Amino acid sequence: MPGNDSNQRCVTFESEQLQSLLDAVQGRGYEVFGPRVRDNTIVLDRLSSITELPIGAGTDQNNARFRLTSRQDQAFFSYTVGAQSWKRYLHEPTLRLWNAQRDDGGFKVDANQSLPPKQAFVGVRPCELNAILALDRVLLHGVAADSAYRSRREKTLIVAVDCGVAGGTCFCTSMGTGPRASSGYDLALTEIIEGDRHYFVARAETELGAEILEGIPHSVPTEAERTAAENVVASAAAHMGRTVDAANIRDLLVRNPSHSRWDQVATRCMTCGNCTMVCPTCFCTTTTDVTDLAGEHAEHCRLWDSCFTLDYSYIHGGAVRSSAKSRFRQWLTHKFGIWFDQFGQSGCVGCGRCITWCPAGIDVTEELAALREGNPPGNCPPIRKETPRGNA
Amino acid sequence: MAIAAEKSQPPLHGESLAPALYRVHSIRRETHDSFTLDVRPQNALNTPAFAPGQFNMVYAYGCGEVPISISGDPADHRRFVHTIRAVGAATTALCGLKKNGTLGVRGPFGSHWPVDESAGSDVVVVAGGIGLAPLRPALYRLLAERQRYGRIVLLYGVRTPGDILFPRELKQWRAQFDLEVHVTVDRATSDWQGRVGVVTTLIRKATFDPNNTVAMVCGPEVMMRFTLLELLSRGVPADGVFLSMERNMKCGVGLCGHCQYGPTFICKDGPVYPYTRIASTFATREI
Ligand SMILES: Cc1cc2nc3c(=O)[nH]c(=O)nc-3n(C[C@H](O)[C@H](O)[C@H](O)COP(=O)(O)OP(=O)(O)OC[C@H]3O[C@@H](n4cnc5c(N)ncnc54)[C@H](O)[C@@H]3O)c2cc1C
Ligand code: SF4
Ligand code: SF4
Ligand code: FES
Repeated sequence: MPGNDSNQRCVTFESEQLQSLLDAVQGRGYEVFGPRVRDNTIVLDRLSSITELPIGAGTDQNNARFRLTSRQDQAFFSYTVGAQSWKRYLHEPTLRLWNAQRDDGGFKVDANQSLPPKQAFVGVRPCELNAILALDRVLLHGVAADSAYRSRREKTLIVAVDCGVAGGTCFCTSMGTGPRASSGYDLALTEIIEGDRHYFVARAETELGAEILEGIPHSVPTEAERTAAENVVASAAAHMGRTVDAANIRDLLVRNPSHSRWDQVATRCMTCGNCTMVCPTCFCTTTTDVTDLAGEHAEHCRLWDSCFTLDYSYIHGGAVRSSAKSRFRQWLTHKFGIWFDQFGQSGCVGCGRCITWCPAGIDVTEELAALREGNPPGNCPPIRKETPRGNA
Repeated sequence: MAIAAEKSQPPLHGESLAPALYRVHSIRRETHDSFTLDVRPQNALNTPAFAPGQFNMVYAYGCGEVPISISGDPADHRRFVHTIRAVGAATTALCGLKKNGTLGVRGPFGSHWPVDESAGSDVVVVAGGIGLAPLRPALYRLLAERQRYGRIVLLYGVRTPGDILFPRELKQWRAQFDLEVHVTVDRATSDWQGRVGVVTTLIRKATFDPNNTVAMVCGPEVMMRFTLLELLSRGVPADGVFLSMERNMKCGVGLCGHCQYGPTFICKDGPVYPYTRIASTFATREI
């Protein structure tokens, strides 16, 4: 939301002061997480010093391609997102929901009551910020709120960083989620490198964010600095690796369950589920129940799940979505289409992860474009004629 | 930005997803693979109220939680009645419970049959196999206030005579002059004197006024598909047909994603839908 900065606290600070910012956050009892370079990629992990950030790292991303590159400068945030997203710290990949313990003849149940610590996310990209807001819609505002998610989310401080470089698979401008953080953060930073000068223009959306900025050496942004910040974001916006025509995209998908493109993509999709695992908004989970050998103690755990598995749609007699075609269709139709029916917004924030990490090189933007091409008239398919097989 | 802490709900992990404990008061064998359990809350006098068509997530110790419809009388708040067909790990464990055995229950969840909304209409109940279980609470309600409805017809199809659920009740209902009951089997045994054939053939024979009929249908998806066609061809309006859908379910409360059916979640928007709500999805395979 450009132009809403007037009622925000806005400051400039030099790059060395980023450590003071980190200290200020840590000093308030937050465990800090941020991007780091490890195993030739960008991961998210605990952060204690700004020297651990991916300094001077860039990324080269394309279908089924992710390479780290070295930049000529000391930029902290000129990489674009790695496979991991912040989802892992809010909606945990595995979580014990409760235990059951045998007691005379029956059993009793204990809910997992461990309280999560305060956590701060440093370096949340605008698309990722929107992914967190999308998860909030799903996990906090439905018929039931997910209490595990809520307890973590309530204690999360967000330091967003606008993008100055767009990745080869990015399309946030198409989805309206970036490259500038619009809302939902405590602090948002724009990183600027001009010759020898390396500084940040920062804005606070919350009291806490403003208080943190107040505590570090800063100045009031000059007109030139504000313009420089705008230019950084404009440059990213001008260099999106991908685009999607998002107009009426929900209707396009809902009307076309029988489009021949689904058969075509099914010949390439390996139903590995990578796309769902890296997607920052995929929220599906399954449960497992395990007992100890003696059967005295049972645990009911929740794990991330993927709509690409056969188990996902298994009901007595077999999987409902047994073909690769139906599973890819479910994923794409949900993410870009019926998410609107369910949660009033798109389920895709344009981060590009599913394109980068699909081993088959499948590109959602290309699939959507193909669905638009030769799009047959939008009537629902008629009920099929077939012979009854039996009563039950 | 953090979200505001909610005072009313303390932030406990998975609190809302932990089941309440119930004890088996009695268990009765229905067929070779199905059992009806009468379960009572262990730490409360009454169960939560439920509406016909709703389900619970039922937990078998160490095996898992599965969606099971409530098959008892909604006017009875002392117990939940569940009729379960043993098809896998959790359902087999539940069917193997003994009197006083413990199980976990979360619920009730989901939408319900339009029992009140059907007042003044004929009601045609069509069940296939275990599908009679979620319809029985609706029948209890319909019969409890019999005078509010026009004709009431129950059409029930099963594989073999040995698969018929609730035989005693069916016999009693059959004897009632104000209720038309037809049962059909796919394969007859030598002692079977009733009809043979799919349930859809019964629809042609039943007496009801299609223009003023509400149909409540539950059974395997193919059975519901043909039942729907038959009802529509007899002239029942599309918005008079209600179907109960089934998908894999892990949470029952809209969080796990598994039960998605087109744009809906069966656990919260269903399981009972007016046909018009799901018409486009219903026609598509592998949705
Ligand atoms: C709304 C609803 C109401 C139901 N009501 C009844 C009922 O009243 N009586 C009854 O006998 N059955 C009912 N079922 C079906 C019942 O839930 C399944 O038979 C049961 O989940 C099978 O679990 P299992 O562990 O025994 O089988 P397995 O084959 O071992 O199951 C493996 C996993 O697949 C899932 N699964 C398998 N089959 C189904 C299925 N049909 N539906 C949903 N998930 C499935 C389960 O989550 C299970 O954990 C209902 C299903 C739904 C969705
Ligand atoms: S669908 Fe792909 S591009 Fe969209 S949010 Fe998920 S991973 Fe990112
Ligand atoms: S689209 Fe690609 S990443 Fe997703 S399941 Fe198919 S092969 Fe795997
Ligand atoms: S059963 Fe989990 S979302 Fe419906």
